[in-house]
Amino acid sequence: MKKTGQSIKFQEKISIASMSSIVGPMEGEGPLKNYFDVVLSDIMNGEDSWEKGEGKITADALALAIKKSGRKREEIDYIICGDLLNQSVSSTYGARDMGIPFFGVFGACSTIGEAMTLGAMLLDGGFAQNILVGASSHFCAAEKQFRFPLELGSQRAPTSSWTVTGCGAAVLSRQGEGPYITGATTGIIVDLGITDVNNMAAAMAPAAVETLRAHFKDYGAKPKDYDLIITGDLGYLGKDIVLRLMGNAGYDLSNNYTDCGIEIFNREKQKTRNGGSGCACSAVTLAGCFFDKLKKCELNKILFVPTGALMSQTSVQQGESIPGIAHAVVIET
Amino acid sequence: MKPNLGSQEYSDLVKRMSPPSNTVVNCLKAFAVGGLICCVGQVIINFLMSAGLSKDDAGMYTSIVLIFAGTLLTGIGVYDKIGEFAGAGSVVPITGFANSVAAPALEFKKEGFVMGMGAKMFIVAGPVLVYGTLTSILVGIVYYIIR
Repeated sequence: MKKTGQSIKFQEKISIASMSSIVGPMEGEGPLKNYFDVVLSDIMNGEDSWEKGEGKITADALALAIKKSGRKREEIDYIICGDLLNQSVSSTYGARDMGIPFFGVFGACSTIGEAMTLGAMLLDGGFAQNILVGASSHFCAAEKQFRFPLELGSQRAPTSSWTVTGCGAAVLSRQGEGPYITGATTGIIVDLGITDVNNMAAAMAPAAVETLRAHFKDYGAKPKDYDLIITGDLGYLGKDIVLRLMGNAGYDLSNNYTDCGIEIFNREKQKTRNGGSGCACSAVTLAGCFFDKLKKCELNKILFVPTGALMSQTSVQQGESIPGIAHAVVIET
Repeated sequence: MKPNLGSQEYSDLVKRMSPPSNTVVNCLKAFAVGGLICCVGQVIINFLMSAGLSKDDAGMYTSIVLIFAGTLLTGIGVYDKIGEFAGAGSVVPITGFANSVAAPALEFKKEGFVMGMGAKMFIVAGPVLVYGTLTSILVGIVYYIIR
């Protein structure tokens, strides 16, 4: 492993042996519907609460990733998983019956990037052979925890985003076929004083910019070295902010940059305002769409940059601003 | 840690780039739906008065009917759709108050009837009740003095 600044290049080729994606009904009506492994017809996933439903989605997605990798459960050394709910309950209950050593992580909506980075580090360091990573979110459970009750008759702000229901998981391995994780840039916490809970894109975009700048500097790379640069859940506004701030910094992203929050929903038809968000947004978009394109070599080198707003209701009510974070993962075929 | 951009500078940039709320259209929608709810209330009052109730009694029963309607529409999942369209037009009338109590009651039922529904029922309406009551007391005191 070679470290420069915030970035590392792995010595081993860390294979993404499999990825799985389970999504809710609304995501199943979006533009990426054909890419997902499972589209649920019931947002509760057969459980009697949204939180339990999300836990079940996580359990199913983790099990599916193991199955698709062709490995046995006993061959998985660690699970690294996270979600948005307090105490990461979805991940905990999702992994409860698996009997695999477990790390719960929290990076808000950047969690899958954090989990993939840590997993690849553990593998590259020789501490494991196979690691299962995952991240989940649930529209109803997130609304309940972070915003207002679902049935409350309130209008959504034009800058508000729509939390993706689902879970994306992957088996990372020291042995296996591509695509491979070849490097990562771990983000710093960036806070430019945004306090509007209805504008997460504005809170997170500067973090994405900082991580991208650090990545290009550490790697001596340019945006055109990648087939596609993909941020997590900045949506339309966040993408515009990133394009502008990166342009000001001398990096032109206009030809090969997109955001999972834009890709996952049809903004006009599904009325999702600024786009998709939540841990599952980047996780299922990578696991469904972009992983498939990497497998088919339609894409050969991507920079995957999930973004997160590290906020809680309590801290915002106490007048704190909303810090953002973004982790970049280099994936190559 | 902050990048090479001031908070104020960034805040201004975000303000310029964020899509604005369509205030004119929102006001018109709120006026139409809010007005419609009030008209329904007036129809009920007139009906009750024509049936022989006094104006005060008719007003009270009308409130009860509208609160019931707001709660019922919340329960069957319609009021949030009206709210998404009408904004303040369906928040301000008494039906909106009913919605703001019924919605959390439904949502937190899973955590039990005591610590869930009972405790969380007023998370939205609570401030209105607290400061509404407080204001009425202050107004009452002022009225008592200047009467």
